Amino acid sequence: MAERSFKAEVEHLRLGAGETFTGEGILAITKALLENGVGYVGGYQGAPISHLMDVLADAEELLTELGVRFEANASEAAAAAMLAASVHYPIRGAVTFKGSVGVNVASDALANLASSGVTGGALVIVGEDYGEGSSIMQERSHAFAMKSQFWLLDPRPNLPSIVKAVKQGFELSEASNTPVMLMVRIRSCHVTGSFETRDNQRPPLTVREALSEPRRDFNRVVLPPMSFAHEQDKVNNRWPAAEKFIIENGINERFGPKDARVGIVCQGGMYNGVIRALQRLGLADILGQTDVPLYVLNATYPLVESEFMEFCQGKDAVLVIEEGQPEFIEQALSTMLYRAGSNVRLHGKDMLPMAGEYTGQVMLDGVTAFLRAHAPDMLPGQVRAPNKPAPATPDLSSTVPIRPPGFCTGCPERPIFAAMKLVEKELGRHQISADIGCHLFAALPPFEIGGQTMGYGLGPASNAAFDGGGEKRAISIIGDGGFWHNGLSTSIGNMVFNKSDSLAIVVDNYYSAATGGQDIPSSRADNPTKATNNPITDAVKGIGVKWVRQVDRTYDVARMRQVIRDALTTEETGPKVIVASSECMLNRQRREKPQRAKAIKDGRRIEAPRFGVDEDVCTGDHACIRLSGCPSLSLKRLDDPLRDDPVVAIDHTCVGCGNCGEVAEAAVLCPSFYRADVVHNPTGTERWFARLRTRLIDWLQTRRANRRLTFVETA
Amino acid sequence: MSVETALAPRVADARMGQVIKLAVLAVGGQGGGVLSGWIEKLARAQGYACQTTSVAGVAQRTGATIYYIEMAPVAAGETPVFSLAPASGDVDILIAAEIMEAGRAIMRGFVTPDRTTLIASTHRVLAVSEKMIPGDGIADADEVIAAAETAAQRAVLLDMERLAVDKGSVISASLFGGLAGSGALPFAETAFEDAIRAGGKGVEASLRAFRAAAAAARDGEQPAAPAAPAAPVAALVGPQRLQKDWEALEAQLRNLPGAVAELALPGLRKVVDFQDLAYGREYLDRLERVVVTDDGTHGFALSREAAKYIANAMAYDDVVRVADRKTRAARFERIRREMFVKDDKVMQLTEFLHPRAEEIAGLLPARLGAKVEASPKWMARLDRWFSKGRRIRTDTMRGFLMLYLIGGLRGWRRRTHRHALEQAHLDDWLTLVLRTSEKDYQLGVEVVRTRRLVKGYSDTHTRGLSKFDRVLAMLPALQGREDAADWLRRLREAALLDEEGKALDGAMRTVESFAAA
Repeated sequence: MAERSFKAEVEHLRLGAGETFTGEGILAITKALLENGVGYVGGYQGAPISHLMDVLADAEELLTELGVRFEANASEAAAAAMLAASVHYPIRGAVTFKGSVGVNVASDALANLASSGVTGGALVIVGEDYGEGSSIMQERSHAFAMKSQFWLLDPRPNLPSIVKAVKQGFELSEASNTPVMLMVRIRSCHVTGSFETRDNQRPPLTVREALSEPRRDFNRVVLPPMSFAHEQDKVNNRWPAAEKFIIENGINERFGPKDARVGIVCQGGMYNGVIRALQRLGLADILGQTDVPLYVLNATYPLVESEFMEFCQGKDAVLVIEEGQPEFIEQALSTMLYRAGSNVRLHGKDMLPMAGEYTGQVMLDGVTAFLRAHAPDMLPGQVRAPNKPAPATPDLSSTVPIRPPGFCTGCPERPIFAAMKLVEKELGRHQISADIGCHLFAALPPFEIGGQTMGYGLGPASNAAFDGGGEKRAISIIGDGGFWHNGLSTSIGNMVFNKSDSLAIVVDNYYSAATGGQDIPSSRADNPTKATNNPITDAVKGIGVKWVRQVDRTYDVARMRQVIRDALTTEETGPKVIVASSECMLNRQRREKPQRAKAIKDGRRIEAPRFGVDEDVCTGDHACIRLSGCPSLSLKRLDDPLRDDPVVAIDHTCVGCGNCGEVAEAAVLCPSFYRADVVHNPTGTERWFARLRTRLIDWLQTRRANRRLTFVETA
Repeated sequence: MSVETALAPRVADARMGQVIKLAVLAVGGQGGGVLSGWIEKLARAQGYACQTTSVAGVAQRTGATIYYIEMAPVAAGETPVFSLAPASGDVDILIAAEIMEAGRAIMRGFVTPDRTTLIASTHRVLAVSEKMIPGDGIADADEVIAAAETAAQRAVLLDMERLAVDKGSVISASLFGGLAGSGALPFAETAFEDAIRAGGKGVEASLRAFRAAAAAARDGEQPAAPAAPAAPVAALVGPQRLQKDWEALEAQLRNLPGAVAELALPGLRKVVDFQDLAYGREYLDRLERVVVTDDGTHGFALSREAAKYIANAMAYDDVVRVADRKTRAARFERIRREMFVKDDKVMQLTEFLHPRAEEIAGLLPARLGAKVEASPKWMARLDRWFSKGRRIRTDTMRGFLMLYLIGGLRGWRRRTHRHALEQAHLDDWLTLVLRTSEKDYQLGVEVVRTRRLVKGYSDTHTRGLSKFDRVLAMLPALQGREDAADWLRRLREAALLDEEGKALDGAMRTVESFAAA
């Protein structure tokens, strides 16, 4: 079960011709796929397109009705490989994953796909994770389009434009026999808006029907001599066909006056930011009518020389606004001007920063610098001669703490890392490599475990140089998501084959949790359309690992520590694998909370655990926080004039996972923690016993209180 | 002015002034998505064009998140071009779901005096970096509040978290109320309520929190804050005879200078509560040893600190104290209250304890205990017998009695090994204090304050003690210097910065370097 359910929204996907859809970009894309007769869809989750996968999964019923096959692919490579169906068959297919990491993983399949060329429209929807909020290295997917010669659409970030880009993407793909990549940035995925819908279309040829009549075209096989022919075909036929289609269908757009001395060229995705800068300079109105001509590249690859040269005609200078580096578009456009012997000045990264997100301020500064240089008369007086310095903002940089992401309240991964910290205290520090997934948060305070991450499923593989072992064994961590993505072969298989003497800890939280809680082969849920409940230990043993330990409750910090210690000290050689399993608390709460509330309401007996700290026993050293970092474990200042440091307090968001108590116990920290299990709807006997105990305890307490002085605080 | 006229600025589109730009900064998990959903629904229902975007990324796991909304009144068929991200200096309404997030917004230039209405919750969600410091690492919210008041055109600062929790709701509802009450959006409050109703989830609770916050924001004042932490009054309960003896002690305390008595009273209570009245008398005797050397020219700083830290040193954290504290009636009541346990429910209480050999040896008679502790063989044996994690159910007779009996060992305590250790340590320290303050009063004060480093249990306690020793070991290098007190303070503060004492090592190296020079 995914973190977010789109069951309600999916109903909007049934809207017909002439109706209006209002909602998020992600849903608009899904609707557009259906309107354009897509035959099969797939992909691999990851921000910012996780929700697109969730929408597709939740829409499976509708997809089936339309004869559309949905596949939750094992990886981005698998997703891209699925587009092979469009190579020989006139079936439209679309897959989605995040850029640029997903494109990296998929690049082998994408290169082969691009070489073969396609018959049916093939669309790769890439959620470009760049700029604020990104969780990955900052690179561009653009380079992949260039190196493999497939086309890249970067539509303006509004729903009608994105929906149109899906339609045009399929058509462009078919017109040029080339796969098309449709790029949506993180904010475009979540932008809200409206567009007029059309009827959903059944694919003219479904994948089921295609199976009855297999086809193959020898010319599309990627082997010499055909592969040489493919390269020629790309350059001589497909590219010109693409350019022709782009021009004829007006994929790139022009705004503003025809004649002006200056102009701006921008990626489609940058359009709103450019308009906002112009609006702030008084050069565009609320509806985007601009005084500065714009040439908006909704297709950023290939670039159409004739269109660009025409735009430049009569201009002194143009500014290219291209986010990210290197500046592929700017270089290409410069070449065009140079080859034509043009006098038009081209600006871009000389006026805008080479790296980083083009935020509102960056855009405003860049556009202002350009106009100041080439059309200062267009700038408002305030900008030309500011008579008031911008107000100074108070400097809070030393006060406001950074807020890196961390594990959720009750996360079952926390005790694994607490145990590792404790082992570290006994056996010293180890070489630790991490993978991709929630567990990577352990690299941040308070755990600070693991210093490298080479990619999804590559945690153990990235320790390969240390496989020979030494005085200490190398440790690697891999999540269940990464394990099934490719870790089983690339990492564990690699360890077995190379007789690795190191430890791999598989963090099994029953889901692909970091991407939003999607099911994977080892998930414990019953999923009607997917095969779940495939134990990781079986897979690990199957591939040849002899030393395998399963921990079924990661919260048992003492056991967790024992198993890790054993793995690091055992005489046995060969790879050691620990599968540490406990359900992702976020998903578990989402599943159990409504059930529990209902049970309490129905009068059934329910124990609700929550932890607490005795504030007069806590001494304010916060060692427990350094071994936990749970969001519900916080601090409070006491009124006591004799106390200096804030004490630990557990707030009402505690889910009673027990980690803090277990850690306090295993690490011999302090006796402050207690667990209170509140029994809702207790049985009669239980109540009777409880009353009896309370009476006895009361009597003992009163007895002692009567013999001593007590200071009862009355605030 | 003349310059501007000469340049004749172009006339900007007046309708741009009608675009309302609103950003929400929250901590992941605070419901920023729900809030922006409400705002969007509200704007659309009022005939505005509206666009929402968000950047959650991995930030949904307790990191900082940002939502951005633009809206404008439009004629049918018109589609404004809105921005997808807030720009510095160009935000009309900034909602911060936590005060440090308001600080972050100010730093990013999203709050400016010419245009921004800031609606912020004054409560804190502490960052890990603040919580993991062994001392007090909590960032100063007052600094942000002061900055907010100057940076914003208008600031609505309320404890939105408490407003929401008090009404059984979550902060998104009270922030929405704050937005309504601020009047920053040109919509009636009923329209806001309709947006909540349209959401359909937890409507009644949301509306309660919404209304409370709207009223508070409208009136521009804080709703009755929780009673300011006025010094808690301690009522005395106990047998008549003991009460009389207590009064005698109190009389003795009244002889102390006022500034000292102020802290000596809670100190006296603490040690009497820890042990008995005789122990209280010892406390006052010890304190008087300090007071007689203090002539008041420094406002009795030395004696005040001594009143505080002697009490803390005497009421050390031993097994008996923990067991006593855990079995008191007041504690049971407090937990039942905090866990919302009503009469129709039953509460089970589990304590997480892990006694070590040291704790057992500490309970033995002083001489025997010292011998046992010196014998690795015996310590290993004790470790084998006792050292393991124990879960004690103090709601059952068996568990309760076990702790109750240990808690009753107060009479025995004075004879124990641990007590002897603590007393010796205390007296050494006090002697050092007096010897130091004689020559350098301020340095003496800092020696007293160094006692703050001794805290925690088990390894933590050992580490604290070692830091205490290391800091005081620097005394000879510092004595005689004009800035000696200042340096000792710096050493202490460094010792509280991290667990391993890296900052302390650095500070010590500095001291050593100038001592060598």
